Amino acid sequence: MATSKIRVDDISFGYDDRVVQHDISFAVREKSIFAIMGGSGCGKSTLMRTMIGLLPPYTGSVYVGDENYWGATDARRAEIGRRFGVVFQTGALWSSMTAEENVALPLRMFTRLDNRSIQELARLKLSLVGLDKAASTMPGELSGGMRRRVGIARALSLDPDVLFLDEPSAGLDPVASRRLDDLILELRNGFGVTVIMVSHELPSLLGICDDGIFLDAETKTAVAHGSPTRLRDTSDHPAVRAFMHRERPEEGRDADGDRR
Amino acid sequence: MRRCRFTMNDTPIIPATDRRDAPRGQEWQARVDQNGVVIVLTGDWIAVSGIRTDEAAISRIVESAGTRPISFDATGLGRWDSALLIFVSSLRRAACARQVPFNEQGLPEAATRLLALTTEAAPTTAPGVTGPTLVARIGQVTIGVWYETLEVFSLVGDTVLSAGASVRGRVRMRGVDLLTCMRDAGVSALPIVTVVNALTGAIVAFVGAVQLKRFGAGIFVADLVAVAMAREMTALMTAIVMSGRTGGAYAAEIATMVGNEEIDALRTIGIPVHDYLILPRIIALTCMMPLLYIYGFAVGVFGGFAVAVAMLNMSAATFIDETQASLGGGQIVFGLLKSIAFGAMIAIVGCRAGLSAGRTAADVGKAATTAVVIGIVGIIALDAVFAVCANALSF
Repeated sequence: MATSKIRVDDISFGYDDRVVQHDISFAVREKSIFAIMGGSGCGKSTLMRTMIGLLPPYTGSVYVGDENYWGATDARRAEIGRRFGVVFQTGALWSSMTAEENVALPLRMFTRLDNRSIQELARLKLSLVGLDKAASTMPGELSGGMRRRVGIARALSLDPDVLFLDEPSAGLDPVASRRLDDLILELRNGFGVTVIMVSHELPSLLGICDDGIFLDAETKTAVAHGSPTRLRDTSDHPAVRAFMHRERPEEGRDADGDRR
Repeated sequence: MRRCRFTMNDTPIIPATDRRDAPRGQEWQARVDQNGVVIVLTGDWIAVSGIRTDEAAISRIVESAGTRPISFDATGLGRWDSALLIFVSSLRRAACARQVPFNEQGLPEAATRLLALTTEAAPTTAPGVTGPTLVARIGQVTIGVWYETLEVFSLVGDTVLSAGASVRGRVRMRGVDLLTCMRDAGVSALPIVTVVNALTGAIVAFVGAVQLKRFGAGIFVADLVAVAMAREMTALMTAIVMSGRTGGAYAAEIATMVGNEEIDALRTIGIPVHDYLILPRIIALTCMMPLLYIYGFAVGVFGGFAVAVAMLNMSAATFIDETQASLGGGQIVFGLLKSIAFGAMIAIVGCRAGLSAGRTAADVGKAATTAVVIGIVGIIALDAVFAVCANALSF
């Protein structure tokens, strides 16, 4: 059994006075593809923001290896965070730079490599996601799927230990979405990176994730743990069943919670 | 569609009766018998011809029903749409309030179904949520202003610290970004700075000429233009133009980056947003403003010169002599200091407004507005501070 890479210990989090989710605990095994599942607005992306250091939890903490991430100093947290690669929902590419410059910027900031090596590394990362031809394109000229892939290339630029993906296939057509899934799988197998993805796309979840957690908007906590396939086949929880089998929610339940 | 069944039912339109403002064709009569109140609906109930609620009549029906049920007879009903639903649901609301049994059986089946949907929606329409009281709101605003002030001070502090670090070459800033910002705040601003300052110089000369001529002191127009432009007008006008142009642009640009999660992306990688985004903008504007001031001053004096020569028939040599005599180096240094302070303030206010913006398109507009409004008010307030200081120093 592989050791756990990231452990979330009894955290609750939210915005201002509004708790989005509480009492969340789980561990992510090394080299697994871990899914954060749940309906729209249940707090999946917010949980990810807490895990990558953008939003402090109200209580509890996140452990990276054995280290308390939120208990660490800002400088140390930034250092740990540099071992994370994050792909935001729409790519979040820096709009004033070309695709290649986007991928190269973290290398320029945090390594002492010369320009030539940086360029080669950036090209390599772009070719991994199949976009070496778009190196000098500005983000505004790329399609949604391409932007997402440049985002992945940028997240991989410092060869991270953990790759976070926020709804990687949202808004993509089934073919592009499938290709992205294959890419994530290959990156995991190739680089041995631990992947944590927020998603509500059933085909991706069932296709590539080997572990996960299900957040419920109604009870504001995690209602099921396990791989998406196992949850689909065995879970009795009505919210999980409704999600996995695309059933109508029960009377009185609403599939959508509050959006942040 | 189910509704066509009812349009087939060809009932003649009964002319409007009791009330002149009642919509045409929407007729109802209440028939009271031992089984309760039966509402007989006739005519076309079409919303575009008006909505009929008849609050007083409805409460009378509900009262007369007592504990007996209210039901409907829609056999004479013509075409119908939302107008009918509004009438029936307001009747139902009144009936529910007095616990009168309500029977929808006689209504068209499609209408019953739509009414069932509105029942589900009903509770959310009256949430009964009250906003915070006036005192609470004043308190919230005050606390907000206090925190915002603290934020601005911390931004100024960060800027000073990272400006110190940048002198030692330890700042994570791309040179190309700084150059781009300098071009945007410098060369690109020249046309509008030219127009505004030339016109300001001309206006000062014009106003001065009219007044001074009356005392035969027309020659002092040159002094007026030189001193006014050097001490006040150039710095002020250039700063106001730059606040609208560049301060607003900084705010909008950074607010858009916030919305696109670009700022989050910088933070997660560990690139200090302040060094990387804010500092180049503040340095660029603070460096460019004094240059724009010198340029604007020259253009302004030229504007005054043109008016003086054309209107007052002053010779060019006299104007230049007078200008030189009236203008000490101190006046220009004073204007330069002002323009540096204005530049730094506009950039800080613009960046701060952008960073604190929300994530929607409307927030981008709000950030730009805040930057420009606070920028212009700040410029004038700062100018007043300069004026008081100059007065105290008898300058």
